Amino acid sequence: MPYGLHAADDRARMLETIGIDTVDALYEDIPEGLRAGPLHLDEPEPELLLTARLQALAGRNRVDLASFLGAGAYRHWTPAVVDQMLLRGEWYTAYTPYQPEVSQGTLQSIYEYQSLLAELTGLDVVSASHYDGGAATAEAALMTCRQTKRDRLLVSRAVHPHYRQTLATYAEGAGLEVDDLPLVADGPAAGTTDLAALERLLAETDRPVAGVVAAQPNVLGLLEAMPEIGRLAHAAGALFVAVIEPVSLAVLAPPAEYGADIACGEGQPLGIPLGYGGPYLGIVACTDPLVRQIPGRLVGMTQDLDGKRAFVMTMRAREQDIRRERAASNICTNQALLALAASIYLSAIGPHGLRDVAATGASRATELERALAAAGAPRVHEGPFLNELVVRVPDARAVHARLLDRGVLAGIPTADLMPDEPSLADGLLVCATEVTTSDEIERFAAALAAELAGLAVGGAA
Amino acid sequence: MVPGDLRYTSDHEWVRVDGDEAVVGITQFAADQLGDIVFVELPAAGKALDAGVPFGVVESVKAVSDLLAPVTGEVIGSNEALAGAPELVNSDPYGEGWMLRIRLADAAAVEGLLDPAAYEQLVAEG
Amino acid sequence: MSVVGEKLQRTIFERSAPGRGGGKIPHPPADALDRIPAGALRVTPAALPELAEPEVTRHFVNLSALNYSVDTGFYPLGSCTMKYNPKLNEWAARLPGFANLHPMAPDAVSQGTLQLLWELEEMLAEISGMDAVTLQPAAGAHGELTGILMIRAYHRSRGDLARDEVLVPDSSHGTNPATATMAGFRTVTIPSAPDGGVDIDAFTAALGTKTAAIMITNPSTLGLFERRIGELLEATHAAGALAYMDGANLNAVMGRFRPGEAGFDVMHFNTHKTFSTPHGGGGPGAGPVGVRKVLEPFLPAPRVIREDDGTFRLERLGERPTSIGRMRSFFGSTGVLVRAYAYIRAHGGSGLREVSDDAVLAANYLKARLRDTYTVPFDRPCKHEFVASAADIKHRTGVRTLDIAKRLIDKGYHPPTIYFPLTVEEAMLIEPTETESLETLDAFADAMIEIAHEADTDPELVKSAPHVAPVRRLDEATAARQPNLRWRGMTGAQTPCPD
Repeated sequence: MPYGLHAADDRARMLETIGIDTVDALYEDIPEGLRAGPLHLDEPEPELLLTARLQALAGRNRVDLASFLGAGAYRHWTPAVVDQMLLRGEWYTAYTPYQPEVSQGTLQSIYEYQSLLAELTGLDVVSASHYDGGAATAEAALMTCRQTKRDRLLVSRAVHPHYRQTLATYAEGAGLEVDDLPLVADGPAAGTTDLAALERLLAETDRPVAGVVAAQPNVLGLLEAMPEIGRLAHAAGALFVAVIEPVSLAVLAPPAEYGADIACGEGQPLGIPLGYGGPYLGIVACTDPLVRQIPGRLVGMTQDLDGKRAFVMTMRAREQDIRRERAASNICTNQALLALAASIYLSAIGPHGLRDVAATGASRATELERALAAAGAPRVHEGPFLNELVVRVPDARAVHARLLDRGVLAGIPTADLMPDEPSLADGLLVCATEVTTSDEIERFAAALAAELAGLAVGGAA
Repeated sequence: MVPGDLRYTSDHEWVRVDGDEAVVGITQFAADQLGDIVFVELPAAGKALDAGVPFGVVESVKAVSDLLAPVTGEVIGSNEALAGAPELVNSDPYGEGWMLRIRLADAAAVEGLLDPAAYEQLVAEG
Repeated sequence: MSVVGEKLQRTIFERSAPGRGGGKIPHPPADALDRIPAGALRVTPAALPELAEPEVTRHFVNLSALNYSVDTGFYPLGSCTMKYNPKLNEWAARLPGFANLHPMAPDAVSQGTLQLLWELEEMLAEISGMDAVTLQPAAGAHGELTGILMIRAYHRSRGDLARDEVLVPDSSHGTNPATATMAGFRTVTIPSAPDGGVDIDAFTAALGTKTAAIMITNPSTLGLFERRIGELLEATHAAGALAYMDGANLNAVMGRFRPGEAGFDVMHFNTHKTFSTPHGGGGPGAGPVGVRKVLEPFLPAPRVIREDDGTFRLERLGERPTSIGRMRSFFGSTGVLVRAYAYIRAHGGSGLREVSDDAVLAANYLKARLRDTYTVPFDRPCKHEFVASAADIKHRTGVRTLDIAKRLIDKGYHPPTIYFPLTVEEAMLIEPTETESLETLDAFADAMIEIAHEADTDPELVKSAPHVAPVRRLDEATAARQPNLRWRGMTGAQTPCPD
């Protein structure tokens, strides 16, 4: 056993103190018929060999491509100081800070995370974090139902489909109704939430709405009329949930400003590796009046017996370990280490740096838009976008696959992401961030032009 | 010593009757058992209460407890001061820490509750 | 000397000074945002702190020093399995091939990760005796929700809509009843038997046509194996219900008991307990769920599929309509799962059994060392943890379990889990794990005995502990009554800096 400490002598001494001969005696309470035989797993692997195995597996993933893939997880540059700090055992091998006297580091770091995200969102209360953007969105939606004591949700179809699917799973358990808000089909607002439909659905007074959920930027990269959505939701007595992307908040209006009662979203862009989907950082923030509804841990500032400033987990009696079946959520964990990563990232990059990250992404996206349009793949939508956009590509799935052979990960075919949107049958959702280079954009555009020329030839044949 | 002019429940609530109305709170014993009370959740006026059925929740730092309606009736008001100062339940449970005003469905039902002597005995027996 | 650093730190906001920092990334062109309508743009910049990197480093290093951690000391936290976190696993998760893989990358470019995940599913199935595994849940509680939603879907698929109850013992983790509520069930709490175990007869009596599931932690939250678990599982199935096992305590029984083989229908694993993925100060974890055949159709989507040609792929949207759906944004907490995979491979089948044997041996040894000083309410072999009670000490001296816990900090240890399970008065749940030396176990036992002695001779010393920590006991009441949950300039002016 590679990490055990007991030599045979140690075990003998322990057995003697207990007063038994073999450790088997400690398992006699397992009924004979239920005792397991040896596990059929490989032999223990020495670290040297295991290192090589892990390297080989990691090497089978291709992460050398020119990638334009976003859609809810974003490639960003992270200052080296972030991971150097995370590698300290005092952070990552600590437990949940239930004993505040010996956990002030984690507690203060969570308080700082809450404060930083409160600054970004403009909202009063930020939870110590949730599993990821999808789970955070589901929890945010459930909050609106508890607060309004209503059980119907309206969710824009331009919220990330995976978040909508996660919300559907949670809503099924909670017995809630979820109605989709359709998208505008064409014209200047194409691809954004249909406000007329929102108004119509909110007007069904026999089915009052608890919460309206919309994303800014939305999953197609477009900017929504958030103030208007919030106004309509509030007029109908519903709460307004904004699904946000935290880096964009350096340049886009914060949710509090456009009337969001709750902001939720994915914190991965704040210094957290893509890592094939996790562990990520679920953000949930809300206004003060909703503080009793926010699930999960909260850290507060207080004082010790001597009046020294200190931090502690607070409002604990809302949580599952005390409230049990009456708890608002069963959540126990938070993503403390990822929240810490976000705090270090924001501290290292600073307010101006974060704005530069967001604005550079927008600038690269402009460059990408022009290059792809010149290559024969114009933008599908007219409305303003930040750093993600959909371009029209005939036979997008096949082209996407062939571009992969040319070393370009050409975003994601919209038909795969949102198969239920006929208007998106021929599109690629592509993304640029501050790490996207002009060289990568040129490679993409050139490869795409070549493929489209090939298609045209093939089509003529 | 518990106040002599109140009636009590075995769940450690008290009731002060005034005509067909009553004021409800929790006893000093209950407040002490819970420790520092940090939050009280009370129903809005108009809510119908059934004797023995939970109507609210009281939270301390590390515990949560249901508040059970001592009698049947309708809520006509609640102590709004508790929202900002839940510690009143600890410091003055029979006075400033009151919780609800109720219009009694049946004033005679209060007779079924414990009198001060009986409640003291209940607490003494633990 | 304090077991953690003693110097409190200003907040990151108080360290900020205008004009510090910068130079991390190039500035964008001035017109970068010109195409965004003014109404959508931020007017007032976010008040994030401005720091140069040396200050950032010092802040987070000094803050970290205020933490107790496995890397710095012994953490006898019952039900949490605070074992050593191998450094190889940290390295592995950071390999660029794993860390830089996008969650929506096509299967063709994700073969390494997909293979690792598929193999990990197979390994967890073997360890648990289950037929299939999902790696999607982000934590134990998330795994519970996944499992209970699958049970709900199972009953519904059979047209059995009347089952709306989940039976849970009163000694369970709070997540069990909270999960039942989230999945739309009513919790029925069953009192424990006098021997500390599940009251099998009370459970059996409560089973019926309304029971959807039972949720059992085995070994129990008292560290005891449920000796009559076979009977209970039979009764559960006879009543048409399914059995969920909370796998929080799997570290006690690897290679000794396989829940699926014994008749449990579904269980979750806590990789951050059993398979040593770091707790991270409260997360991230991962909560894979194993199921028997009967629940396999309902597993969350997407699953990893191995094709006949040996390649791997993710299930496509809608490929398996019986699925309960998606539990989170993407496939799973892959970075955590890479660590769990490395841990299992490093140990192999024989090593995992040795892990459990040593964990159980260490717990029984500590119990033997402490039984004359503290009350051990259940006097039979424990598994990887045991409950001790300070009720006698409290009645004798007024010193409570909380005081003993805080005094342990003075002696250089993290306190055990206290006041859990709720069914034991003045409970301390002690779990040594298999990665502590005999010297550490002895020194901890000596400290516990010394504190009991201090309770008799100088109770105030214990009641006012800790004495050598960066802060003393905290005003938690004010923290909850007037919550201060975020930094504001105003708050800063009112609350003095620690230095």
